[in-house]
Amino acid sequence: MSEVIVITSGKGGVGKTTTSANLGTGLAKLNKKVVLIDTDIGLRNLDVVMGLENRIVYNLVDVIEGSCRAKQALIRDKRYENLYLLPSAQTRDKTSVSPEEMKALTDDFRKEFDYIILDCPAGIEQGFKNAIAGADRALVVTTPEVSAIRDADRIIGLLEANEIKKTDLIVNRIRMDMVKKGEMMSLDDVLDILAVNLIGAVPDDENIVISTNQGEPLVGSNTPAGQAYMNICNRVLGEEVPLLDLSGGNGFFSKLANIFKKS
Amino acid sequence: MNVFDIFKKKSSGDIAKKRLQLLLVSDRANCSPEIMELIKNDIIKVIAKYMEIDTDGLDIQITQTDSDGNNGSVPALIANIPIKELKHGK
Repeated sequence: MSEVIVITSGKGGVGKTTTSANLGTGLAKLNKKVVLIDTDIGLRNLDVVMGLENRIVYNLVDVIEGSCRAKQALIRDKRYENLYLLPSAQTRDKTSVSPEEMKALTDDFRKEFDYIILDCPAGIEQGFKNAIAGADRALVVTTPEVSAIRDADRIIGLLEANEIKKTDLIVNRIRMDMVKKGEMMSLDDVLDILAVNLIGAVPDDENIVISTNQGEPLVGSNTPAGQAYMNICNRVLGEEVPLLDLSGGNGFFSKLANIFKKS
Repeated sequence: MNVFDIFKKKSSGDIAKKRLQLLLVSDRANCSPEIMELIKNDIIKVIAKYMEIDTDGLDIQITQTDSDGNNGSVPALIANIPIKELKHGK
């Protein structure tokens, strides 16, 4: 049975698009047929993170308006043939699409795909309403900051009010060195405040910047964030995966330990 | 208070958590500053019947407090009302 998942956050810049790209790629890696839909009309980004920006012919609004068939607008991923992207329109605005139209589109994709992943725009207005219209479940992305968590709390309330059956939390950009010093809220602090199930914690990892530069999601690679995202994918599939030990820092002793592990 | 506490600065992570907890209580209660002002004025009217209070020093806010029964905390309206003089009963 296929599942429609919306990736949302309220606040901008916390990693919705990066999470969408990695979740989609990871699920495709696990042999699922996946379509990623960029619902941020006017501020198209997912295509760039996926490295598919040069292949766009048609977009989401074209499909909704019937200017082309959905199949014509879907772009196949460079690396995974069971992964597709439906890019957003760059020169239109959110009012070009209605929640009813979005729901019809996602329901249509259910016939074809195992997972339909919607990258939601920031904010709680029309774009948000469009993105959640057809969703079965939501992944709320936040960072351990006051503003991001406040917005996440608001979003969780709105998802509940809109009868999204399942909402899980991803805490992104955790810096264990700062948490240890007490200069950043810990995972437990965040979960204390937001009464919601945690589905993943992603460490702040410079490899994310590198992978975005290259347009190749790093999920599954031998990097802290790559492992964390792969774990999230497995949990989405319903597997029990223990939380990643984020404390494995760059200290002298952990490096030493790594040397012995390799040999 | 421990002597060493003087040297220990409160960590910013704790400050963030405290601030968020207070913030979310009022966010979730959906209580706008205007409504809070109305509540405040009504409280003044009622209390003023019985005692003379310092209306400028009056402060009300919604915070989190531990509930008696079920574990966890519940929102509570805290009012700090300085009394100038108790009116003596007739």
